[in-house]
Amino acid sequence: MVSNYYFLNVIRFILLVLVQVLVFNKLNFFGFINPMVYILFLYWYPIKENRAAFIGLAFLLGVAIDFFSDTMAIHAASTITIAYMRPAIMRFVFGVNFEFQSFKLSNTTRVQQITYLALLIIVHHFVFFTLEIFSLDNFLLILKKVLATGAATLILCLLFGSLFSVRKE
Amino acid sequence: MQQIINFIIRYKNFLLYVFLMMVSLGFTIQSHSYHQSRFFNSSNWLTGNILDTSNDVSSYFGLDKENEKLMQENEYLRKLLFNKEERIDSTALDSVFLTYTISTGKVIKNSFADPRNYITIDKGRNDSVEPDMGVITSKGILGIIENTSNNFATVQSILNEKSNINAKIKNTDHFGSLVWDMKRFNVVQLVDIPRLVPLTIGDTIVTGGMSSIFPENIPIGTIRKFDLNTSKSFYNIDVALFNDMTNIKNVYIIKNNYRKEILELEKQTETNGQ
Repeated sequence: MVSNYYFLNVIRFILLVLVQVLVFNKLNFFGFINPMVYILFLYWYPIKENRAAFIGLAFLLGVAIDFFSDTMAIHAASTITIAYMRPAIMRFVFGVNFEFQSFKLSNTTRVQQITYLALLIIVHHFVFFTLEIFSLDNFLLILKKVLATGAATLILCLLFGSLFSVRKE
Repeated sequence: MQQIINFIIRYKNFLLYVFLMMVSLGFTIQSHSYHQSRFFNSSNWLTGNILDTSNDVSSYFGLDKENEKLMQENEYLRKLLFNKEERIDSTALDSVFLTYTISTGKVIKNSFADPRNYITIDKGRNDSVEPDMGVITSKGILGIIENTSNNFATVQSILNEKSNINAKIKNTDHFGSLVWDMKRFNVVQLVDIPRLVPLTIGDTIVTGGMSSIFPENIPIGTIRKFDLNTSKSFYNIDVALFNDMTNIKNVYIIKNNYRKEILELEKQTETNGQ
């Protein structure tokens, strides 16, 4: 069972990287919207795992995406930020509940799940586009990109989430 | 000592986060100030091959259109060739005598939505592609080779905030720099054209002769809009590109055989001048 569970995460990691770089990086919806569905990996990642390992994995995920999309290490910087902030976000969304042993993502309400995902996406995109554009003169451009890409990412992540439901875990 | 260790154990997640953030920012800022990172680019073996395989599959869907484009270009080149007065014999095309040699390549990854766009092509060091060679398509300029691996190379697209290419107005010698304001993928900006130059909307912009990378007179685009900059002495010109940057397949890589000599001479002059 334990090996099965690691195996699942490895497969998920590889598939999400490939889907991201081969499909979603080429989408260019309206000329600039490229949804980042690989955030789902961090959304789905088990809660009771070692935090340091989680941040390390987030870094690897970001770097893998960076290699393919020639974005220096911007994806890595944003993924480690949400990996680090995830417990805080979860405490905000689910209250103290999530620290109990019996806590499961699938047991929470739909609204909570969406809020949790949306917060992850907003933080991630904000760090990403700030670093990518790297000038406060273009703050409006950053906001526009965060909102437009964030909305697209959220919709796609929800669709993916309902396609590959994690009820089994 | 005990306390330091306790501190590290207690804040190990935070310290790990800060450390990894430093690493990422280090890579990012280093390439902001100078070049695309040597390590984080898609011309390496693994990413190159995956992108290449994906491209092998997807390229079938555009074959018709690509053929059409190449036929059109051949037609244009034939027209030039047949209407030329003196005959070109094959000895004249011997690479020893040529200033520029051309090779072909295919785009395996294209991006145009970021502030810094890079294109990956399927030719690398094994095909004697080196950094700082020019890349064009049949319609116009595309970018400059930035990194190479054995079989792949990344191209800094003209849609890149770091891009800076010498360009001029066709049939004149008024030159300026071609830059990009990161806003639209079909419009780039030509700056540093003095205000005394007569301009009309629709004028053609081509590459200038000042660069040791591109030959002169490669088409870039047409003037779409122009106004004076804040100091009122130079024009800011919006240039609509001839190339559709979203749809690029076959490219030509240009090598200037005298580039080394030019650079050496310029360096020598500079050191003498000081």
